[in-house]
Amino acid sequence: MTQKLSKRTRSLSLPGRQRTLFRWRPDQQWDGYLFVLPSLAGLVVFTAFPVIFSLVISLFDWNMIGKPRFVGFDNYAALFTRDIIFREVSWNTLIFLVSIVPIQMACSIMLALALNLRLRGNSVFRVVYYMPVITTIVAAAIMFQFIFDRNYGILSSVVWNLVERWSIPITPPDWLNHPGWAKVAVIILTLWKNIGFSAIVFLAALQSIPKELYEAAAIDGANVWHRFWTITLPMISSTTFFVFIILCIGAFQLFGESFILTRGGPGYATMTIVQYIYQSAFEFFRMGRASAVAWVLFAAVFVFTIIQWHLQRRWVYYETGER
Amino acid sequence: MLLSFSIPKRFPPLWQLVIWMLLAVGGIFMIMPFAWTLSTSLKAPGQIFTYPIVWIPDPPVWENYRQVISIVPFGRFYVNSLFVAICATTLEVMIASLAAFAFARMRFWGRDQLFMLYLATLMIPGQVTLIPSFLIIRAFGWYDTYQALIVPGVFSAFGTFLLRQHFRTIPIELDEAAQLDGASSIWIWWRIIMPLSTPGLVTFAIFSFLGQWNSFLWPLIVTSSIEMRTLPLGLSMFQSQYGVQWNLLMAGTVIALAPLLLIFLIGQRWIIRGTASGIPVSRL
Repeated sequence: MTQKLSKRTRSLSLPGRQRTLFRWRPDQQWDGYLFVLPSLAGLVVFTAFPVIFSLVISLFDWNMIGKPRFVGFDNYAALFTRDIIFREVSWNTLIFLVSIVPIQMACSIMLALALNLRLRGNSVFRVVYYMPVITTIVAAAIMFQFIFDRNYGILSSVVWNLVERWSIPITPPDWLNHPGWAKVAVIILTLWKNIGFSAIVFLAALQSIPKELYEAAAIDGANVWHRFWTITLPMISSTTFFVFIILCIGAFQLFGESFILTRGGPGYATMTIVQYIYQSAFEFFRMGRASAVAWVLFAAVFVFTIIQWHLQRRWVYYETGER
Repeated sequence: MLLSFSIPKRFPPLWQLVIWMLLAVGGIFMIMPFAWTLSTSLKAPGQIFTYPIVWIPDPPVWENYRQVISIVPFGRFYVNSLFVAICATTLEVMIASLAAFAFARMRFWGRDQLFMLYLATLMIPGQVTLIPSFLIIRAFGWYDTYQALIVPGVFSAFGTFLLRQHFRTIPIELDEAAQLDGASSIWIWWRIIMPLSTPGLVTFAIFSFLGQWNSFLWPLIVTSSIEMRTLPLGLSMFQSQYGVQWNLLMAGTVIALAPLLLIFLIGQRWIIRGTASGIPVSRL
């Protein structure tokens, strides 16, 4: 009886509101704050304050030892006018973005489709493809450094082998010391390391597609190809969007891959924006300039994400019919 | 009969074989760097560059490993990595679950606005906060200490968000019953919500641990002495000093990777399931 009554009073007193455990009671109003406090304090000190602080530093010329000198927006102006290296590292990052993201998307969708067939040894394949994802980037890059090494690398061995056997007049490229090939090496390493991640996300999406759709399509005489384009792709489009955004943000923030594999070289050929931030701040001690680069990167990622968010309405299908 | 008609035909066996072959070739490509590393780590310097390629060195030179351990304090790096990752993971899970509990189950003024702010911080890339965080650590006098490695990483807005989603799936009646019996909020959090969320907590903890264990840029910035280096940093240092002695470098890489891969092989179900729900494995 009392239970019934309390249920009714609740529904009366909180019309249309989500039920939450604690009413506003004088003795409990601080509990929520106490629970949030540790997390909130930490986020204020190590996220919120640094964001503002970073913006302030970016307006100064400061080498961490001397007195900071206010320069206004000169750090930003310099990036877009005088700083040739910034131009090169931005260009590199863009090249990595437009090569890694599409290739990884295509490969991981195909991989997920293959894994979804549940062929013999499926679980072994899943583990094998996922192994690079959890590998420490330093270890992964060192392994690939050896693979790409001009004298001792396995790629060179293979090429020399061909040369000897069939006397084909080619020499293996000096992967890590050639501006173009070094970029390719970084791209290969990044793909190798991350493909398992996006494939597993796609696999989960594929498994959540209702079988009835395929059955209905089969009755209507749709072949495999049709079913892929008209059912599979639309049904996983929200995952495709999620993976796309995650990969793009990841590509903007590429660091460890090129930092270990090529040290950003030869010259600045594989240096990314994040490595440039690291170098400016902790090798050349130009804190203001480095902070300005970080903010430009942030702005680029932000604008890019917002644009994608608006474009998604044209191609992402949500089952609920919203959007 | 109708049923057998309506089920889409499986791929023809020939195609299945082709796809299986492609998967296998790709798998070999994924495994190859690991195998090549292991193989090289057991070779004498003279055996490294031979063709045709030798995959199983004869005899295996175990001496390489002994030599690596005597040159570089990998033991110390292990202890550092383990200590930092365990402390940071514990703290991160605790702190995030407390906040998640408040956001999921309690009512207080400004709760939803505050939660929106939490979500907003997810958009801020770590590079923006990198330099100020470093300066704060230095101002605290924490440069080159364990606190510097652990503390800044334990406040996770993402974890709070993730756990809040988990907590909301638990029936509210349980809390109400406990509250009627006079249970305090902290009791409800620890004795009801946390035990019932074990799968979510374990998944989050594993990913937090992997992220901490693999973290590279932040330890690179806030440590300077060899004694404070974590495994990725130690390996990177070893690489810049012994970069041409490939057999030793590869032995070091195997030493650094082996436990991680072992953990993965044991917990691969959890890890792959976590990834399937969209948790990325990455950290500065």
